[in-house]
Amino acid sequence: MPQNTNLSTLLAQHEGDLLTAWLREQAASGARTMRVLGEKDAREQSAQLIAALRTGLAGGGADSIEGSAWEQAREVLSRVSRDGAQAGLTPGETALFVLSLKRPLFALLRRQAGTDAEALGEDTWSATMVLDRLAVYTTEVAQRTRDEIIQRQQAEMLELSTPVVKLWDGILALPLIGTLDSRRTQIVMESLLERIVETGAEIAIIDITGVPTVDTLVAQHLIKTVNAARLMGTECIISGIRPQIAQTIVHLGVDLQGVVTKATLADAFALALGKSGRSVSGIAR
Amino acid sequence: MDRIPILKMGRFLLVTIQVDMDDRLADTLQNDLTSRISQTGARGVLIDISSVDLVDSFIGRMLANVAAMARVLDAETVVVGMRPAVAITLVELGLSLPGIRTALNVDRGMRLLREALGDATGADG
Repeated sequence: MPQNTNLSTLLAQHEGDLLTAWLREQAASGARTMRVLGEKDAREQSAQLIAALRTGLAGGGADSIEGSAWEQAREVLSRVSRDGAQAGLTPGETALFVLSLKRPLFALLRRQAGTDAEALGEDTWSATMVLDRLAVYTTEVAQRTRDEIIQRQQAEMLELSTPVVKLWDGILALPLIGTLDSRRTQIVMESLLERIVETGAEIAIIDITGVPTVDTLVAQHLIKTVNAARLMGTECIISGIRPQIAQTIVHLGVDLQGVVTKATLADAFALALGKSGRSVSGIAR
Repeated sequence: MDRIPILKMGRFLLVTIQVDMDDRLADTLQNDLTSRISQTGARGVLIDISSVDLVDSFIGRMLANVAAMARVLDAETVVVGMRPAVAITLVELGLSLPGIRTALNVDRGMRLLREALGDATGADG
């Protein structure tokens, strides 16, 4: 692949010029990269990218950026992408940062090739292929980083939103916040049943004050949880049913299958105390 | 041949399932249990499944059948010691065993049986 060797030697010879031209291009085009990353960082990363590009072209060729020769380039771009995302750059802006190298690089190729149109065409094609691939790579990295963040947040939310509270000896409460989907129901069920085994609770109160809507699916999940608790020998009371939810449940024709329901957690707690042979009374003063 | 032991405790029978159930074992258990109930005149059956950690629809149906047979012979059935994972599996399978009483452990199960039979002395008396 003579044209690639040509490109990489060209990069080696004119590294300094190219870097200056590129930075000028970045400043002139008004891209936010320079302002957001800071001039010093932008200069450093541009220099590293050019060096990595040279290594990649010399070792791996322009056909693919998968090989080990391109590892350095991928590393630099991952860093740029990550730092940029943290500083508030969009994936598009990061990709434009890479693509802005095209103009100075093509200018350099044109000067070098002179009148040899065929060589110029070849070199321009290789250069554009590589830069496009690298730009796409930054977008992929940004996407992946974002997905990881979303997954972590989902996991954190699941853990945060399913506490099982002990209200009294033998009485547990499970305040549910947010919509119940199958995955959450599974986790809610598991944590409730495990707490039942730990505490030997006889009554569990499921409070749905924080559940925004109850449709047939949510109701089914609630019934499942109640049934699983019953199989372990624990009675469940559902509390915190708001007026609108009571209406929806009836309109949807959801059958709560003989599950005990109460309007508020306080009512449910009083019932639970009564069932376990206790009562709350005021003190005469 | 494998058999699941059935222990008599006062007026109750205690069945502890500790092995994997198969068709023949379930069949033997149903035979043994029904004949023991009619022999002894037991009023309550306690099935302890605390060492069962794998269930399928077969076991679920077997438990429901045993309970139904005992009820025909005028004995209450309580299933005790179900593990959380087992409970979740049964519910996911759509087997919430509506006709069966359940309790967390043998102690609670005994209490439940005594209450159900309106009998304060229960197994000991």
